[in-house]
Amino acid sequence: MNAEKVTKYILTFAAIIIVVIAGGMAFSLFGGAVPAFKEFGIKFIFSSEWNPTEGRESYGALPFIAGTLITSMLALIICFPLAFSTSLFLGEYFKGKKIAGILGTLVDLLAGIPSIVYGLWGFYVLKPLFVNIGINEHGLGIFTASLVLAIMIIPYATSLSNEIISMVPDELKEAAYSLGATRREVITTIVMPTASSGVIASYVLSLGRALGETMAVTMLIGNANIIPKGLFGMGNTMASVIANQFGEADGLKLSSLIAIGLLLFLITALVNFLGKLIMKRIY
Amino acid sequence: MNDAIIQINSPLLTIERLSIAYEPGKYAVQDVNAGIKKNSITAIMGPSGCGKSTLLRAINRMHELYPNTEVVGKIFLDNENIFEISAIELRRKIGMVFQRPNPFPTMSIYDNVIAGYKLNGKKLKRSVKDEIVEKSLKEVALWEEVKDALFKRGTFLSGGQQQRLCVARALAYKPEIILMDEPTSALDPIATTKIEDLLVELKKDYTIILVTHNMSQAARISDYSMFMYLGELIEYGKTKNIFSNPVDKRTEAYLTGKFG
Repeated sequence: MNAEKVTKYILTFAAIIIVVIAGGMAFSLFGGAVPAFKEFGIKFIFSSEWNPTEGRESYGALPFIAGTLITSMLALIICFPLAFSTSLFLGEYFKGKKIAGILGTLVDLLAGIPSIVYGLWGFYVLKPLFVNIGINEHGLGIFTASLVLAIMIIPYATSLSNEIISMVPDELKEAAYSLGATRREVITTIVMPTASSGVIASYVLSLGRALGETMAVTMLIGNANIIPKGLFGMGNTMASVIANQFGEADGLKLSSLIAIGLLLFLITALVNFLGKLIMKRIY
Repeated sequence: MNDAIIQINSPLLTIERLSIAYEPGKYAVQDVNAGIKKNSITAIMGPSGCGKSTLLRAINRMHELYPNTEVVGKIFLDNENIFEISAIELRRKIGMVFQRPNPFPTMSIYDNVIAGYKLNGKKLKRSVKDEIVEKSLKEVALWEEVKDALFKRGTFLSGGQQQRLCVARALAYKPEIILMDEPTSALDPIATTKIEDLLVELKKDYTIILVTHNMSQAARISDYSMFMYLGELIEYGKTKNIFSNPVDKRTEAYLTGKFG
């Protein structure tokens, strides 16, 4: 056997292993979720009851689905103005300059901070702050979690859209300048429309990250198994209910948690797929 | 006086002691002096890296987009130093066509033509816009080919059509001068002939400065030619004189194919 063939076999084997692992995970998620779906049917998704009392057990995922979607969307909304202006700063206004290099590194550094550290910061800084300014009595809840989540996804949104924005060809910008456009006009009429689908895709992919974020959210959202009552109310997300309860769960409850995991997996996969799809449409 | 450099009577544009450096002390263009005749085609030729595009891009102050570039000297348009008016104003008077066709990919053919007005925030009546679009596309002989597809994207056209669209875009704002940076280098021979015919047609109304690395193109369509080498303007004269009887040895060597 020659080296060419050996390389090919090794690579093929490695690729197959990855597919088997992914398939195995999906399989065990489906398998584990079956009892919950058998017991509650499709109502599992739409019920907001979470009652572990023996004999009257009843579980529904709605509060967690709502909590996950609300915190993630809110985080995306909070993150957008900051990430968007930072990516314009890096990818257009100060492209290639020293200051852009320093800022870019700092933004990437944000991505490297562990989730638990964000959680701690939120718990010991934001929470007392919110209590002091009287937003709500305990400082925890949807808004606190979303705010920290927004800070956590800023680096992803920024560096993805920065890359897209700096990919807009110089020749297009020069063409616009040669017609007498100002810098702002070049950005609004040439750079933004050309980069738009890529920028949208980078926010969709950031949303995908926000959906599955667990630790920091668990520490800040209040962990109340209810559909959040307003912006400052408490709630729970799909990821954090699993993190909080998997230790003492068995039987139907465990199956319900796995079913929530499966739903989260599907939602995240769908969002990522959408993001990639939009990304492909660039140019 | 250097007899390799022709003096142009009452030039539209005058370049005075122009030097351009991309890095401190390293000049890509050195001490160029030249006048440009109105309603003519002036070709700038020379081997790669001789500074011909660099010189061209100084005329509409494109170098200012890249802050490390240093430009010294003066350029007068209508007796006004272009470095003393706003770059925005200047670029409205001087159109530019680039090496590779670069229609705006997110705009329709129609919007590409009136992009100059759109970018400058000029609001025009629909009928006025229609008129400008039709006139500009007719000027570049593209009207018949695209009149039924005006609201389709410009990027679906062939390379030659795209380049003519880019010329139309530059013409629409009624510039005095059109700068062309090797406008046919990315085109096939048939599309090249069309653009060349177009330029000859356009010089009735516009003054054209054309950078080309294609000597025969300069010989075919230009009235005046500059030969640049290592950042210096070596020779400048009537095209027919330069090609038949070059003054400088380096010009002769270039034209006879000894280098470049």
